[in-house]
Amino acid sequence: MARSDVQLMLDVKAGDDVSFELLLHKYRTPLVHFLCRMVKDQAAAEDLAQEVFLRVYRARKEYSPSAKFTTWLFCIATNLALNAIRDGRYRQMQISIDAPADDDEPAFQLPAREARADDRLIERERNQMIRGAILMLPEKQRAAVVLHKYHDMDYAEIGKILGCSESALKSLLFRAYETLRVQLALLVARPAAQTAGEGKRI
Amino acid sequence: MSCEKISNSLIAYLDGRASDSERGVVEAHLKLCAACRERAEEFRRLWQVMAEVPAAEPSLGFDARLRQRIATAPRSKFWGWMLPAPRFAFSVALLVALSIWVGARQPRSVNPQNAAAKSEEQFRMINNLGVLENYDVLSNFDALSDLPASTEPQPASEQGSGSGG
Repeated sequence: MARSDVQLMLDVKAGDDVSFELLLHKYRTPLVHFLCRMVKDQAAAEDLAQEVFLRVYRARKEYSPSAKFTTWLFCIATNLALNAIRDGRYRQMQISIDAPADDDEPAFQLPAREARADDRLIERERNQMIRGAILMLPEKQRAAVVLHKYHDMDYAEIGKILGCSESALKSLLFRAYETLRVQLALLVARPAAQTAGEGKRI
Repeated sequence: MSCEKISNSLIAYLDGRASDSERGVVEAHLKLCAACRERAEEFRRLWQVMAEVPAAEPSLGFDARLRQRIATAPRSKFWGWMLPAPRFAFSVALLVALSIWVGARQPRSVNPQNAAAKSEEQFRMINNLGVLENYDVLSNFDALSDLPASTEPQPASEQGSGSGG
């Protein structure tokens, strides 16, 4: 029978480094995904993710299972990310939604006949726009949205990680999604033609 | 219910985590409010659009670099207990520094001029002790205090010279 995360961590506390490897294997990718969405740059996100695991390893002797392991893990990750953003360490990574794509992501310059390349380019621009809009959110709203949307956490767990009540979290999420809805209106609003068509039918 | 009041329940309604009562309130409002229906629909589309964005995978050397960091990380030092609470450590250090500074300043705060004036006053008081212990002086003070004020008759010579002038 598979051991729970808490049991694995208790085994790490008892000196079992293999259990630490299992936790690393399980949470490496979700943590890097979370931190990539918080600070954009992958190198910075990996650096922060390593710092999270380093802290978990260092704190193993003092570990007591008072909450879910993921709550503890993402609490460390969120605090590290928020501190790094507030310190300005990753300020250069705060991109504008209107900013041009990275140098390695060229603008629309390919011949029209290369439909596949064009599609890829459009998709890349679209992803860049969405990532940019998320990165433009205030840090706490950004963390709430990423944990809610991409990590499917429930309100109680996100509330514990961000240190706020469930009702405060719901309000925070509403404001964040409302901002994103407005910022990404181009992608989420119903096409005008469709709306007009409905109007005619009425 | 107003659009503003259902806003906090709208996200929970859309992600399927709303309670039965919350769901009932939101559904009743959405039936009546076209603007909120449109907003709810846009939130759904927003989540679809967001789900399409992939996140970068950890690089191949991630584990190896982490193991190296763990191996080279310094062992906990004598003052390692302070590291989890740097603010507390800073406050303690500041308090100690302040105490040392105040302690070092205190002897210097005695002004040498004040000290000299004080010792001179003490010397004068000791010097006057002889006068205070002299019985004659003390008895004279008593005699003076017994004299009736301005009732003594003036000498006749003084009276004569005064009227002649």
